[in-house]
Amino acid sequence: MKTFSLLTLAFWLITVLLGHAAGLNPNQIDLNAILQWPSVQHWLGTDDLGRDILARVIRGVEVSFLVTVVVTAVTLTVGLSIGLVAGYKGGKLDSVLMQVTNIFLAFPGMLLAIAFAAVLGAGINNLILALCLTGWVTYARLSRGQALALRQRLHVLAAESLGASSVRVMALHILPMLISILLVEAAYSMASVMIAEASLSFLGLGIQAPHASWGAMLRDAVRFMLVAPHYVLSVGVCMMSLILAINLGGDVLRDKLDVRSEVRG
Amino acid sequence: MIKRFATLLPVVFGVLCLTFALLHLIPGDPVDVMLGESASVTDRLALKAQLGLDQPLAVQFGQYLLHVLQGDFGSSIHTQTPISQLLWQAYPATLLLAVVALAIGLAIGIPLGIWSALKAGHWQDVMITMLSIRLAAMPAFWLGPVLMLVFAVWLGWLPVSGMTSPLTIVLPALTLGLGLSAILTRMTRTSLLEVLSEDYIRTARAKGLSERQVLLKHALRAALLPLVTIVGLQMGSLLAGAVITETIFSWNGIGRLLVDSIEKRDYPVTQACVLVVALSYVLINQATDLVYRWLDPRTRGTQ
Repeated sequence: MKTFSLLTLAFWLITVLLGHAAGLNPNQIDLNAILQWPSVQHWLGTDDLGRDILARVIRGVEVSFLVTVVVTAVTLTVGLSIGLVAGYKGGKLDSVLMQVTNIFLAFPGMLLAIAFAAVLGAGINNLILALCLTGWVTYARLSRGQALALRQRLHVLAAESLGASSVRVMALHILPMLISILLVEAAYSMASVMIAEASLSFLGLGIQAPHASWGAMLRDAVRFMLVAPHYVLSVGVCMMSLILAINLGGDVLRDKLDVRSEVRG
Repeated sequence: MIKRFATLLPVVFGVLCLTFALLHLIPGDPVDVMLGESASVTDRLALKAQLGLDQPLAVQFGQYLLHVLQGDFGSSIHTQTPISQLLWQAYPATLLLAVVALAIGLAIGIPLGIWSALKAGHWQDVMITMLSIRLAAMPAFWLGPVLMLVFAVWLGWLPVSGMTSPLTIVLPALTLGLGLSAILTRMTRTSLLEVLSEDYIRTARAKGLSERQVLLKHALRAALLPLVTIVGLQMGSLLAGAVITETIFSWNGIGRLLVDSIEKRDYPVTQACVLVVALSYVLINQATDLVYRWLDPRTRGTQ
C-alpha cells in the first residue's frame, strides 16, 4: 500500500519532469492523425485533433497538481485561522462562525463550487476561487472543535495564567496539537479537490481549451468513446491511479502522525 | 418536533441569502453576461425589470424571499417557462435516480461489508477492501463512461442513454450506486467489527447462541444503526453527484437542468436548482436525524 502510493506519486513526478525534458508539445495539432490507437509515436494514441494524448495527460497532471496544491494551501490556512480563533475565543464570534459554516454545509458535495464557478465564469483563476470559497469550511469546523477541546487543557491554562497573550497561546500551545489532524484531513481532501477540479472542467466550468486538463479531456473522450475507447480509458486510468495514490498516502500520513481519534477535552 | 424544525430556520435563511447572492456575484453587469453584448437596449431593460435588478438590493431580496416562499422562482430567460414547472418535471427524475442508486449501494455495500468483517484478515476481506478502495477512487465522470462502454456499447445489454425505457435507469443508477456501495462496504465493516468486540456479544456467545443468531439478533442491529446517518449524508452526495451522472447519461433531472442552465447562462434557473437541491439536502438530513433517534433505543423518546 505504502510503496504503491509512493511509487505512483514518484512515477507521475518523473513523468512530468521527463515530459518537460523531452519537450512534449501537448497542443500540437495533426489533423492527419486524429483519434489514432496507441502506437510507437503516440504511446496513448491521439485525440480528436490529432494531439498526443500522453503529452496532454502529462500537462493535465501538472495543472491538476497546481490547482490542488494552491486550493489546499489556501483553504487550510484560512480555515485553520478562522477555526482556531473561533474555537479559542468562543462567544459571539464562534456562534456566528458556526452559523456560517452550517449554511455552507447545507450545500451537498460540489454543488456550491459548481454554482460559484458558473456565475464567476470559466477559467483557471475562477476555478481556484470557487474551490477556495467552498473548501475552507471543513478545516474551520475541524480546527474549531479541536481548539475548543484544547483550550481547557492544563498546559494551556498554565500558559494563560503566566500571562501569555492569546496569540502566543494559540500559536505555540494549541496550534502544534491540532496541526497533525488537519494535515491528515488536508491529505485526504487533496484527492477530492482533484476530483472537483476535474468535475468542473468536465462540465466546461474549469480550464478552457486549448489547455489540457483531465476533466476537459474526459469530456472530449466521452464524445468519441465509440470510435476511440482508448482515449477515455487511458485518461481515466491515469486519473484513478493518482487519486488512489493520494488516498493511500493519506492513510500512511495518518498512521505516521498517529491520529486515531480526535483530541479529548 | 416543531422545535427541531425551528432550529433549521437560520440555515434555510442562510441558504436563501447565499443563492440570492449568486446572481450578484456575476462579475460586471449580469444582464450583459446573460444576453451578450449585442442585445438591444429594450431587451436589456426588460430583463433587468424582470429580474428586479433595477430595484434597490434590499427590495430585491425581500421580493426574492416572498416569491420563493410562494413557490415562484420566476421564469427562464430563454424559454420564458416558469421555473417551478421546469423543477416539477426534473425533480422526480432525480429523486428516482437517487433512490435506485441508494438501493443498489445498500444491496451491494451491506452484504459485502458484513462478509468482509466476518472474514477480517482473510483473503476475502483483503480483496473486498482493495476493490472498495479502487471503486471509491473512481469519479462518476469516469465510471459512467466505462460502464456505458462495457454494457451498452460492447455487450449491448443496456441502452446507452436517454429516458426512453425503464432499463435506461440501470447505468446511471449503477454509476452512482457503485461509488456509494464502496463507502457503505467500508462503513459496515468497521462498524460491525467494533460491535463484535463488545462485551454483550461475548455474553451472547457464552450463553451458547449460534454464531448466526449472535450476528442476526445482536450484532447487526447495532452495527447497522450508524449507517442511517451515513446514508442521509450520502443522499446529499447522490443529489449533487447526479449533476455529472445525469449529464453523461442524458437523464433529464435537476442536475442536467442545472448544467444546461449554466451553459445557456440562464442564471435564474441555475439559482433555483441550487436552492432546491440544498433545501432537499437540509430536509433529508433532518429526517435522517429523526429516524436515527427513533431507531436507537438509547436516544428514543429523548427529544
